[in-house]
Amino acid sequence: MSIIIDQGKCIGCGRCHDVCPGTLIKINENKKAFIKYPKDCWGCTSCIKECPVHAISFFLGEDIGGKGCKVHTEKVKGEKNDIVRWFFELNDGSVKTIDIDPKESNKY
Amino acid sequence: MKIERLKTDLLIIGGGTAGCYAAITVASNAAGKNTAENKGAGVQDAAGLKILVVEKANIKRSGCLAAGVNALNAYITEGRTPRDYVEYAKKDADGIVREDLLYSISEKFNEVTAHLERLGLVILKDKDGKYVTRGNRNIKINGENIKPILAAAVAKAPNVQVLNHVNIFDFSVHDNRIDGAFGFGIENDTFYAIEARAVIIATGGAAGLYRPNNPGFSRHKMWYPPFNTGAGYAMGIRHGAEMTTFEMRFIALRCKDTIAPTGTLAQGVGAKQVNALGEVYETKYGISTSERVYGTVAENLEGRGPCYLRTVGITPEQEESLLKAYLNMAPSQTIRWIENDTPSKANVEIEGTEPYIVGGHTASGYWVDTKRATTIVGLYAAGDVAGGAPQKYVTGALAEGEIAAKSAVEYIQSKVAEHAEATIKEGEIENHIAEIEKFLGKQGGNTAEARSESVERLEEEMQAAMDAYAGGIKTGYRYSENQLAVALKEIEKIEARVGDLHADDLQEVMYIYELKERLTVCKSVIAHLAARHETRWHSFAENTDYPEKDNERFRKYVNSRLENGKIKIILRELTTEGQRNYEHHH
Ligand SMILES: Cc1cc2nc3c(=O)[nH]c(=O)nc-3n(C[C@H](O)[C@H](O)[C@H](O)COP(=O)(O)OP(=O)(O)OC[C@H]3O[C@@H](n4cnc5c(N)ncnc54)[C@H](O)[C@@H]3O)c2cc1C
Ligand code: SF4
Ligand code: SF4
Repeated sequence: MSIIIDQGKCIGCGRCHDVCPGTLIKINENKKAFIKYPKDCWGCTSCIKECPVHAISFFLGEDIGGKGCKVHTEKVKGEKNDIVRWFFELNDGSVKTIDIDPKESNKY
Repeated sequence: MKIERLKTDLLIIGGGTAGCYAAITVASNAAGKNTAENKGAGVQDAAGLKILVVEKANIKRSGCLAAGVNALNAYITEGRTPRDYVEYAKKDADGIVREDLLYSISEKFNEVTAHLERLGLVILKDKDGKYVTRGNRNIKINGENIKPILAAAVAKAPNVQVLNHVNIFDFSVHDNRIDGAFGFGIENDTFYAIEARAVIIATGGAAGLYRPNNPGFSRHKMWYPPFNTGAGYAMGIRHGAEMTTFEMRFIALRCKDTIAPTGTLAQGVGAKQVNALGEVYETKYGISTSERVYGTVAENLEGRGPCYLRTVGITPEQEESLLKAYLNMAPSQTIRWIENDTPSKANVEIEGTEPYIVGGHTASGYWVDTKRATTIVGLYAAGDVAGGAPQKYVTGALAEGEIAAKSAVEYIQSKVAEHAEATIKEGEIENHIAEIEKFLGKQGGNTAEARSESVERLEEEMQAAMDAYAGGIKTGYRYSENQLAVALKEIEKIEARVGDLHADDLQEVMYIYELKERLTVCKSVIAHLAARHETRWHSFAENTDYPEKDNERFRKYVNSRLENGKIKIILRELTTEGQRNYEHHH
């Protein structure tokens, strides 16, 4: 389990670096983010939620049942307020989404 | 390396749940009045005091709350009293708790919850505007952004300064009184010597002592944050602070592989624990936290594993809510469901995690008085680093942050005159820097063996030794005196090799210090496990030499203190029923 940063999308804002609880993400000389210690990732997804251009995605890793699905989130306009949309890019090319309204509490 | 000397009134080490709330508690606006949001928690007369929070990551998302939480697990629901909570926690720990500490947090659960709501936390309400409860002690929240909410409140406090990305590795203690701490910036090549009149330690508990569930690529897919390495415990142990109940390890019952919590499945959709034969087994072993883990371990040992939470047959609506609930707190589990079978189609396999030392769930940590003063004068402890009060959770950590902050301010204001100036000597700074530079300068040592030495390798060896000989997953959490003796020998051997390690920069020096911290904590855990000659809590402390509970000899706290390099065990009598106050006798 770890994250992947798409450097093509990255704008070098540094927000992922700031929020990582393990300070695992660094910014290189070309102002692109990279994960320096991929095996140290806790999988908290803080960096993913923080990235303004959705350049970071998360994957499970084969050792814990991962099958290549990459996950990222985007903020989208909801009826009343912004909602968080989770994208699951599956191995077969299909994409599934789940919307979370931050103003609504979990049912469980 | 640059050297920076700083001076503050109150130093808070660790800007997590307890640390941030301690800072908010003493926050005041320029006029010396508490801001509206902070009403109720602030210490009015703390205006003018300088507060410094030092955090190894960035307080916005550091520590346990990084990923968000799903519920407030400790709340006094309608018709219940703080006394009920104390009784519950006491029963769950089979008596080995400090009633005074539990009382003092239970009385504050609802206050700090209301404060969190004012700060912006979303709490689910029913039609009448009452919080929606989950069971007798939980309330439902949308806690994804709980940490940014706390961090924003800290940022609003003009008298609080935050140093992010600075790792604290040692206290400055003279004549058993703390007067500051030492640290280094992991990204700015700076050494910090910080003088303070009082210090709150809030670095959380310790993960990564034992071999984890997924030791390969996903080794950090663990329940407790792998970045909480037991620094607070280790610094206290080395300076002779009294510690309590390190033998009461915490093992979580989790979803296999993803290590996602099971409570939401059990309480949310009423999923029962079943073995491979489909038999519901949870009632067979009892319902305390440790018995629940033990039940699953025992079913496996007796050949009836694997064990599951029975989710097959839940409705599509329930499934949808589960997928969302897990996205908010453990997204790995949702991914796992999406990539494999969803919970309505396949039961969710469960397993125990590696043992952690975490004073917010069990009772391990600093031995504190009711005001959260440790046995080192001027040092206060709050949250997972403080012992004696299990089942603390988020609200308990906040409550302890508040109590510790108020006590520290009271101490600063009463003893000001007694504080000597400029207590950190140049020589002490030089010694620390020399050690750091030794690691930075080493080109991998002289022998071939030393050259190939790495933090990763030593950490794995430590975890393997703890796993096999100090009651890890491998032995079904069981251990014997003979095994513990081997564990100690192994840990000491690894400790002797730490000096050969090499670091390229200060972040890597931090990894070396983290390893040292874990090794120090391991030795205390081993000493505590060996000292409790009974089995009071299955799995948490399963001593095969003493498989029965021994109330006569061990209805006591097992405490310890480092004296002349040796861990000395101290057995202390339990606080009496209903006791509300406990003082240290120095
Ligand atoms: C994954 C997870 C889910 C949880 N879910 C819930 C829940 O749903 N409901 C609930 O009530 N409770 C929950 N808990 C429990 C609760 O979150 C914790 O008990 C509580 O947050 C602990 O607070 P703390 O301040 O002691 O530790 P933390 O919040 O972890 O703070 C410790 C801080 O110290 C910093 N630090 C560590 N070492 C150093 C050092 N050497 N120098 C400087 N800084 C350092 C860390 O980076 C961190 O920011 C959960 C815990 C975990 C791990
Ligand atoms: S998921 Fe969390 S631990 Fe992993 S890189 Fe992102 S912020 Fe860091
Ligand atoms: S948050 Fe996104 S855009 Fe900003 S540095 Fe990180 S990856 Fe790049």
